[in-house]
Order: sequence, then C-alpha cells, then structure tokens
Amino acid sequence: MDIVLQQVGYLYAKDSPFEKRALRDVNATIPSGSYTAIIGHTGSGKSTLLLHLNGLLKPSEGSVRIGSTLITSDTKGKALKDVRKHVGIVFQFPEHQLFEETVEKDIMFGPMNFGIPEEEARSRAHELIELLGLPPDIAQKSPFDLSGGQMRRVAIAGVLAFNPSVLILDEPTAGLDPRGRKEIMELFHRLHEEENLTTILVTHSMEDAARYADQVLVMHDGTSVLSGTPEDVFGKAEELASYRLGIPRSVRFQRDFETLTGKPLGQLALTEEQLAKEMAVVLKEAGGRK
Amino acid sequence: MIQSGVVELKEILSLEHVSFTYASEDVQESRKALEDISFTIREGEWIAIVGHNGSGKSTLAKLIIGLLFPNEGTIRVFLEELGEENLWNIRSRMGIVFQNPDNQFVGSTVQDDVAFALENNGVPFEKMVPRVHAALAQVKMESFLDHEPHHLSGGQKQRVAIAGALALEPELLILDEATSMLDPQGRDEVIRVVEELKRQTGLTVLSITHDLEEVLLADRVIVMNQGKVLAIGSPAQIFERGDELEAIGLDLPFSMKLSDSLQKEGIELNGNHMSEEELVNELWTSYFNK
Amino acid sequence: MMEKMIFGRYIPGHSFVHRLDPRSKLIFVFLFIVAVFFANNTATYAVLLAFTLLTILTARIRLYFLFNGLKPILFLVAFTLLMHFIFTKEGPILFEWKFIRIYEEGLRQGIYISIRFLVLVLMTTILTLTTSPISITDGMETLLNPLKKLKLPVHELALMMSISLRFIPTLMDETDKIMKAQLARGSDLTTGSLKERIKAVVPLLVPLFVSAFKRAEDLAIAMEVRGYRGGEGRTRYRQLDWQWRDTIALVIFGLLLIALLWLRS
Repeated sequence: MDIVLQQVGYLYAKDSPFEKRALRDVNATIPSGSYTAIIGHTGSGKSTLLLHLNGLLKPSEGSVRIGSTLITSDTKGKALKDVRKHVGIVFQFPEHQLFEETVEKDIMFGPMNFGIPEEEARSRAHELIELLGLPPDIAQKSPFDLSGGQMRRVAIAGVLAFNPSVLILDEPTAGLDPRGRKEIMELFHRLHEEENLTTILVTHSMEDAARYADQVLVMHDGTSVLSGTPEDVFGKAEELASYRLGIPRSVRFQRDFETLTGKPLGQLALTEEQLAKEMAVVLKEAGGRK
Repeated sequence: MIQSGVVELKEILSLEHVSFTYASEDVQESRKALEDISFTIREGEWIAIVGHNGSGKSTLAKLIIGLLFPNEGTIRVFLEELGEENLWNIRSRMGIVFQNPDNQFVGSTVQDDVAFALENNGVPFEKMVPRVHAALAQVKMESFLDHEPHHLSGGQKQRVAIAGALALEPELLILDEATSMLDPQGRDEVIRVVEELKRQTGLTVLSITHDLEEVLLADRVIVMNQGKVLAIGSPAQIFERGDELEAIGLDLPFSMKLSDSLQKEGIELNGNHMSEEELVNELWTSYFNK
Repeated sequence: MMEKMIFGRYIPGHSFVHRLDPRSKLIFVFLFIVAVFFANNTATYAVLLAFTLLTILTARIRLYFLFNGLKPILFLVAFTLLMHFIFTKEGPILFEWKFIRIYEEGLRQGIYISIRFLVLVLMTTILTLTTSPISITDGMETLLNPLKKLKLPVHELALMMSISLRFIPTLMDETDKIMKAQLARGSDLTTGSLKERIKAVVPLLVPLFVSAFKRAEDLAIAMEVRGYRGGEGRTRYRQLDWQWRDTIALVIFGLLLIALLWLRS
C-alpha cells in the first residue's frame, strides 16, 4: 500500500483567532514494503504529518493518497475509518490507551471495531501475546496490573491485532531503559520483515533511523526538506545541522577518523558493526599494528 | 576522590545495610525490593545510580527522600538519621526533580512554580523575589518568568523544576530519572545546566538514571541490580566490567561498543576505550604514526 | 471546535483593564451582574450596551476577534431572541405573514433579554480575557479571606482551583491524544445509536481517569517533598496591589449605577 503526499498543508484551528499553520507544501512518497524514518526537530511538524498518514487529520490543502483512497479536505468520515483499518499507529506512550478489564479484551478492541469476528479476534490476540514475548497467562489479567514494559507490549499488540498493512511508530521507545529500547526496536524490525509491513518510524534517534530504515524523510519548519536513503541523508551532515539535527554516532566517528587519517572508508557506516568492518579494511591496509 | 591522609569531606548522605520490602498481602509475592544497601556520598560529589527498570533504583530514591522508610538499616542525611520527626527539616535542605515534567509543575507560571517551595517554607516576600530570579538565571530560564507550563518544552519544564529546587539553596540535588521522558535536545539542556551548576557551585548531585551521558559525567557510579548494589566506582572502573553491564541491560559508551566490534574484526587494541577521542588516538598512534 | 472558543480564555496584554487588580475586576463584574437587572427600558439597556462596548475598547480587544470567538454563544442569543418573537403574544401585532405573527411586546422582550444575556457574557469574557486564571484565584482568595473565620478552607479551595486551572490544558491534550489513539483503533465517537455512542466514551474515560489519578499522585508527592503542609505558616509570592486605577474603575461603576437608577422607569 503506497502512501503519496502531494502539496499537503495543514492549518490548526482554521478560521479562528488561534489559526496556526502546522504544515505547508509537504511532498513525499512512502512505497509499499519500505521502512521509512521521519526525522525532525521538535516542532518540525512530524507529529502533525503522521496524523495525516492514517486519516486522523485531513489536509487543509493538497492531498494524501493511501493505497487507492484519496484524502483531501472534503473527504468524509466513513472513508477515513476504512483507511485506519489498514494503517495502524503506535503512539508515543501507547500504554496510555489501555482501558479494558483484561489484556485479551483490550487487544480485541481494535479488530472488533473493524468488524473482525470475535473468535478470530480472540485467536489473533493470543497469537500476539506469544509473538510479543508476553507470558500466556497474561490474557486474563487486568492491563493495569502489569509492569510498564508489559503494558507497552500489550498496547502494541492492540494495534497489530487488526493486521494493518502499514504500521506507524511514533517514538515507540520513549521512556524505556536501554534494554527495553533495543528489544522493542528489534521486535518491530522482525515484524517488518516477517509480516511484510510498510513501517513508518518517527524518531529522535538518528542511530535508530540509520540502523533500521531504508528511506529517511526530513521535516523542518512544517515542510519536507530532504529525503533519500540513509546513506544520502546522513551524508549531508551540514545540511542536517541547519535543520538542528545531528548525524548517527557511527557516521560522526567515521568523519573524525577520515579527517585524522586521511583515509576515506568504503561507504557511509550506518551502524557500529558496519563501521568496524570498514575501519578494519583501512587499518589492515595501513599495514597492521606498528 | 577520597584518599586516606586527606581531610575527609563532609558526609551528605549515607546508607548502612538498608533493606526494604513492599508490604504485600500475598506473602510469596513480597520479595525484597532492596537488600543490604550501603554507600556514602560526600560534599561536592556527583553520583549516578544506574540500573534497569525494576532494579530497585526508584525504591532507593523514595527511601532517600523519606517517602518510604527502611525495614532494616539506617539512612543518614546531613549527618542526621532520617525519621518522621526531622523529615520536613531535611527535605527543606535538598531539592528533588522527578521524571514527569508535567506532574511536578505546581505553579501556573514559571515564577510561581519556582516560588512554591519558598512559600511553603515561609520565606518573606522581599527575599523570595531575588531568589526566584537568581534560581531562574542559573538554569537560563530568566526570560520565561510569566510563561505557562503548557507553552514550555519538556526540557524547559525540567529546568524550571531544577530552579524550584535551587531557590531553596539546597545542599543536595536529587535527579530522579529527570531526563528519561525528554527528547535528546531536552536531555542535553538539562545535563548542560546541571554540569554548569556543579562547576560553579560545587553542589552535591545524586542522579538516578539510565542515561549514559549522565553516567559518564558522574564522579562515582553505583550500579543496582535486583535490589542489590552490583558495583560502585568511577565510570572508568564501572565500564571495565562491560559484559556484566550489558548482561543486566545497561548501555555502554559508543567507543566501547566500537572497540569491541573492532576486536571482533581482528583489530588489536589496548583494551576498551571510554571516549571516542582516546580510541581514535590509539588507532592513529599505533597504525598510522610510523 | 473547542480550540476556537474564547469564552474562559486569557489573552495577555497591557491595557488599562489588564492592569487592574483582580479584586477590583471581580467586585466590578459581580456588581455589574446585579446592576444588569436594574435595566428595564430602552434608555437603561442602551446605557448597558454602550458601557460594555466602552469596556471592550478600553481593554483593547478587537470586536471582530471577540464576536468570532463567541459565535456559539451568539447563536444562543439569537435563539433566545427568536423564542421571544414566537412565544410572547402581547401587545399589537407588528408583522404578519402566513402563520407567523410578531407582537410588539415579543420584539421588545426579545431584544431586552438578548442584550442582558449579551452584556453578561461579554463582561465575564472580558474579565477572563484580561485576567490570568491565577490572578482570578488570588483575587477570590483575598476577597473570601474573612470567611476563614467561619472555618471555611479558603486557602485550600483557592489552591485546588489554581491547580485545576493549571492542569486543564494538560488534560485537554491528554484527551485529544487518547481520542486519536482509540480512533486509530477503529473506535467511532460520532456515529451509531445513543447507546453505542455512550459505549464509545468508555475507552476514552477509563484511560483519562487512570492518567488523572497518576498525575494527582505524582503531584501530591512533588508538593510534599517541596515542603507543602497546608496554608499554615506559608508566605505568598503573589502580592496584590490596589492602585488608583482600581479606585477609578469602581467610581466609574458607581456612575453607571447612578445613571441606571436615574433612567430606569
């Protein structure tokens, strides 16, 4: 399911004394099956943009095409709900959306709303409990009795439960400890591969964007300013700095290393493993340890 | 730090064999949240307490600020044993910043919030005004006097919370996961402010965190795991035990992870490096500087 | 829809009205509400309307801004007017078309009531537009201070009010976020039968309550460790300052009252 944004603009509180422009002239294409990272400084419009990707907001100007559905300022509510069935969002701190008496019922909430039969929804819920590495006896517990990390997994299961083909992740690791962060990011990576998802990650972490995404979209001041492969985007450190964005640590280290030694590495190193590999080549060429 | 023969600095906080168990109706569930914790913090130190979620570090924080009392052992703050009777007096001598920036902002504007603790402690109006202004200047928020909390970023709110603590001229500043809900920029702002404070006033800082940068800035690190102290030492000493730390879910500095990956690629190094600079320098001197 | 309303909002500024002491503004508005009921003829209503317009100008609020922001309430005013046209059947008929008849008394009553409603809404809106919620709370606390002798928890009530006001935007944001999260999970708040719609509110209310309680708990701890132990022995950072302009405002009000009493029939 491709997503295409054309000249999207959005005005908050349109026609009121508080009217404020949040987006202007955003153009982007998110191909089906891609893993796209959206990066941008706080206030760059990336949160507003992501609400356009599943019909939670309608553009004030321009259009958003999601699969075969075209959304413009006069699209009606019914069409938007259909879009949402195919595009799931994991919001920041998703555990705040839990409300049911049991974990099972909470996971089933989405699928039931989208008209999936109860039995199917139940078996999907149990499948997800296992897939997300939660203990099986959790199904009948209250979501409010779980640990923070478990609550987050249950909330994520509640989004995966209706089998969206596009998954939007808004800072999914916010507030987690290092181990929790890594586990969740690896989980989404696995889901992306195994379930053939189109994944859109909104993140502050350049390292995550570099490690997982195959396409990076940069937002600044309410508009899309740069997009391309992670190699393209993170190769433009100066341009990114002008949008108040940094580069991944591995890329930064690579630049320092190249400046100091005068030996360019074979390619832009997006992860520390890749960096080590590229450096090893250069170091061995230099004749090994003196 | 403290060496024998040198005059010992004043003790600020000391825990001796502290244990704590949460009361639970279910006897089997009542596991010791903290077991036999002992350490001492002296004037002017910056201490980081690290551990993954559930390691007992937040219970430890609650004991130090007197929200809970130990079942066994004693806690001494400013050389007095912490108890119900001297609780208010001791609290008025320390400042605490919590995790959620929104849930600790009591005042309706920045200056009201900073004045809150002063009002509670009966500081007369004439003295309050200069202290509020001075505290806000220390966190570089003096131009935000009349701003309302919902117009501030997370980092700004936390800086206001620090100012609120500073206004009382505390002898100990406790940061209880104060940066864990912030975006990278907010985290940076807060860390820079604390660093600056530390340099200018020599304030004693206790930060409970899983942020790597905060750990590296500390004079000493206390690593918690499963309710016990796993290690105490300087960041360099702590990170020497790299694998052990990774096993309990803590992050390692980028340069260490890279050293590790380089060694896997067959590049010889003199041990692991704590800073990127050190690593680059070693590579330069041993491979290129012929 | 809600973000467009200005009723109950505060817009910072430096006009004469903005700089008045909240106590004088509160007394002023309270007495004005009473005074409105003295009006009973065209002259007195005209004075009220003129006076209100004058206050708006003094507060330097743009009329367009005010009326645009109060649209929903203006509809209510128009509705009141219409109801009077239709249901008051006294006096000579002024206008007749098919089954619609408008009587003179209906027209007069309708206009009077609408003006009354309008000036009340405008005056209270000016109060909140020009006075920060915290100043209103401070003003009230000071004005109600004598009631402490009657064991009324004036300080606690004022603190409760200021904290509630402080958390309104936070909770509004929170509601918006939870609503979006549930909408994304296929929840539907706008269609279906009444029963279905009530059921659809549960996924919204439960998380909102859970989070509000969590916030309350955090806040209580934060207040406790910052030394809050009730009103006893507390000093105040906010000082109210009654100035000449406050006295002038009340004198002007006295003149309005005299005019109303003199002109009323």
